[in-house]
Amino acid sequence: MTANQIMFILFSVMIVTFSILTVTSRKILRAAVYLLFVLVSTSGLYFMLNYQFLAAIQLTLYAGGIVVLIIFSILLTSHISQKFESIEWKKSFFTALAVIGGAIVTIVTILDHRFAASKQAAAEVNMRFIGKSLLWTGFEGYALPFEVISVLLIAAMVAAIVIAKKSGPSGSDSQTLKK
Amino acid sequence: MNTGIPIQYFLILATIMFFTGIYGFLTRRNLITILMSTELILNSVNINFMAFNRYLFPHKLDGMFFSLFIIAVAAAEAAVAISIIINIYRRFTTINVEDVDEMKY
Amino acid sequence: MINFSYSIWLLLIPLMMFFILGLAGHKLGPRLSGLLGTSGLAIITMLSFIIAYSYFFGTPKNGEGFKAIIAYNITWLQLIDNLHIDIGVLLDPISVMMLIVVSTVSFMVHIYSLGYMKGERGYERFFAFLSLFTFSMLGLVVAPNIFQMYIFWELVGISSYLLIGFYYQKPSAVAASKKAFIVTRFADLGFLIGILILSFYTKTFDFITLTDPSGPAIAKTGGATFMGLSVITWSMIFVYMGGVGKSAMFPFHIWLPDAMEGPTPVSALIHAATMVVAGVYLVARLFPVYVMASPQALHIIAYVGAFSSLFAAVIACTQTDIKRVLAYSTMSQIGYMMLALGVSGYGGHNGLGFMASMFHLFTHAMFKALLFLGAGAIIHAVHSNFMTDMGGLRKYLPITHITFLIACLSIAGVPLFAGFFSKDEILAAAFEHNKFLFAVEYAVAGLTAFYMFRLYFSIFWGKETQYHHTPHEAPLTMTIPLIILALGAALTGFIPFNKLVTSDGLPFESHLDWGVAVPSVIIGLLGITVAWAMYSKSSNLPDRVASAFRLGYKWAYNKFYMDELYLFITKKIIFRYISEPVAWFDRHIVDGTMNAIATVTQVTSFRIRKFQSGQIQQYAFVYISGVIFLVILLVYIWR
Repeated sequence: MTANQIMFILFSVMIVTFSILTVTSRKILRAAVYLLFVLVSTSGLYFMLNYQFLAAIQLTLYAGGIVVLIIFSILLTSHISQKFESIEWKKSFFTALAVIGGAIVTIVTILDHRFAASKQAAAEVNMRFIGKSLLWTGFEGYALPFEVISVLLIAAMVAAIVIAKKSGPSGSDSQTLKK
Repeated sequence: MNTGIPIQYFLILATIMFFTGIYGFLTRRNLITILMSTELILNSVNINFMAFNRYLFPHKLDGMFFSLFIIAVAAAEAAVAISIIINIYRRFTTINVEDVDEMKY
Repeated sequence: MINFSYSIWLLLIPLMMFFILGLAGHKLGPRLSGLLGTSGLAIITMLSFIIAYSYFFGTPKNGEGFKAIIAYNITWLQLIDNLHIDIGVLLDPISVMMLIVVSTVSFMVHIYSLGYMKGERGYERFFAFLSLFTFSMLGLVVAPNIFQMYIFWELVGISSYLLIGFYYQKPSAVAASKKAFIVTRFADLGFLIGILILSFYTKTFDFITLTDPSGPAIAKTGGATFMGLSVITWSMIFVYMGGVGKSAMFPFHIWLPDAMEGPTPVSALIHAATMVVAGVYLVARLFPVYVMASPQALHIIAYVGAFSSLFAAVIACTQTDIKRVLAYSTMSQIGYMMLALGVSGYGGHNGLGFMASMFHLFTHAMFKALLFLGAGAIIHAVHSNFMTDMGGLRKYLPITHITFLIACLSIAGVPLFAGFFSKDEILAAAFEHNKFLFAVEYAVAGLTAFYMFRLYFSIFWGKETQYHHTPHEAPLTMTIPLIILALGAALTGFIPFNKLVTSDGLPFESHLDWGVAVPSVIIGLLGITVAWAMYSKSSNLPDRVASAFRLGYKWAYNKFYMDELYLFITKKIIFRYISEPVAWFDRHIVDGTMNAIATVTQVTSFRIRKFQSGQIQQYAFVYISGVIFLVILLVYIWR
């Protein structure tokens, strides 16, 4: 058993366990923390696959940004000590049935398929190359998706501000307009 | 690249994570936990991308860039979703998805 | 050759007037609109007289007679290479003559209406409709092809409908306008079928080509036949059906008496002088085709005309509503014209009937318009339509009295008045052709004299009736047209029609046939005398006569129950056995299907609306299980 395999088993056990805990935990803050563990483990997988840059992004953006955002919103909307009432068994049973069925179908499909491994030499993943590709307009350049994502982020930001802005039934929108 | 681990293992892992996310999406009542389930789903997709990239097309970086973009989209989605959730909380004073059912017959 | 292209203004001016008065009438106000409409008509009348003068006397003849002139023509619809529909102006003797009739009578009626309609609601609307009618009638008259004629024919019908229903708040007027429209519509269907058959076999709409003796309509008669008659004959019978409807011949006459619900000037213009003679004009227009290609159709025309004239004359003797008497009289006189056409031949002296018919059309327009306008003046003074409410009016309405008398003398055929000449020509033509029809027309001549003078005596003589207020003479705008038309009714008989309006355009010699004229005058005078004896003084003689012929009187008084017959056929037979099953089918099968679809949809919607629970997770669950199911189905089971 190589070190790689040990690490993979470790990460996958963590991912599976914490995923399940994330969706079943009855305390919301704990669920958020379990999600954080899942994301960290995933970044570990990326390190293992030699994608250091992406792993770093995963850590900073996902584990750092999104999870913090989620925790903030939890603090804004819920009592931390509050426990969810348990899910009625009928709902969880049928959902679990469908989900397990889907998982089995997918796994069977995956195992059924023969993946032809590439013999080609791996490309070097360094920061210079990633930065060039992101701004490159030629072959295998990603300037256009990059720009689209930037616009999307702007739009999302504006949307988030507009939606979350206080607008009660008294019509404070019109008041802001008057100002 | 020889990591000693078949690609199928990565895919099965991603599948389990994906369906766990779906389970949470379907059973959770709290909107924020639903959002967390969505993050799980997106993350599993990212693992898939990376595994495919590394095993099948190691000379290219398409999968990695797509993962990058998915992370960006996930961030944007999380921001908008949370602002919606907060708005809903203001209007209904709850974020229980079963109580937010005005758009019915 | 004189250029007649300015004649298109005959159509453009009234059309313009219609739009101006119709759209801006309420802005202009009644006074200005009336004057505008009337002055437009004055221009048209002047134009018509100029055209008539230069056509009849300005063109060199070279012994060829009068030729048809296409004064203006544009191709409107190019159907196929050699079949196209044009809009244009055709001038030939009968259309020029009709121009005079239409524009003169219309002008007189316009002037008359200025006074008669004063203070009515919708004064501007009235003049707008009159302009529309004038436009349509002139377009009909100058139509160079049968399709344009059909279009204007329908326009005339529309304007007639609008004007009969002018008092649209009066239910009887509305009913009358609908009746007129539907009955003529029915007849026009025949006209359209006739046009389609005719154009299908001759490949042309053009009147000049159609009436050309070597043209397709006449030369190719030997072609297809149907039930023993050639297709041309069938088409001409169908075309004549349209004429029957418009000219109120039996059996489509039922709309004409009811049409008297319209304002009296309208009755004078449309239902006496111009529109109702459109049927006669139509037959005259296609006369060469009738004579050479379909003599059987011509026989039908003669007999229908004779029967209608007798039928209407008998009814007219019993009616008490003066406008209805005049309406039946109109029907009777148009019967005369139809008969004259029916007994006519083509060319030279054979064409006497044609000439007589046109002659009578002309004089009839004058004296019948005069009679109606006179009746309008009387109604204006007395505020009643019924001759039982009148009597001794000669002292109060001197001008109306004199002019009415002239018109009565004219229609009764008293010598030297216009009606005498034209009626005599008709009788002479009938005498040469068919002795039976001639005898019928003699009887009708006597009846005509009788009922006209019954009308005259009971209005102007007879018993002295007490009026609520003293009747007074109509204003000047109403009496001037009466006087002008009285001149026409008295003098137009001296126009030498045999030199001007003939079947083939060539003049021929005709003179009074004293053998025919003297007996007809005697019969006419006899009718007048009888009427004088019965009605000039208040007596119970009319009642005694009526009771002596009780059954016949009752039948004639009820118009031989024609309306009831129509009602019976429509209500009891068509409605009961055709419309009601159709309505039942519509209500139960067609509507039922629709209702069933709606009900099923509604019930299903109510059943399944619970699916729309508003629970997002339920939707997502269904979606995801659906996806999984489809994957299993498509990837593993059904590959």
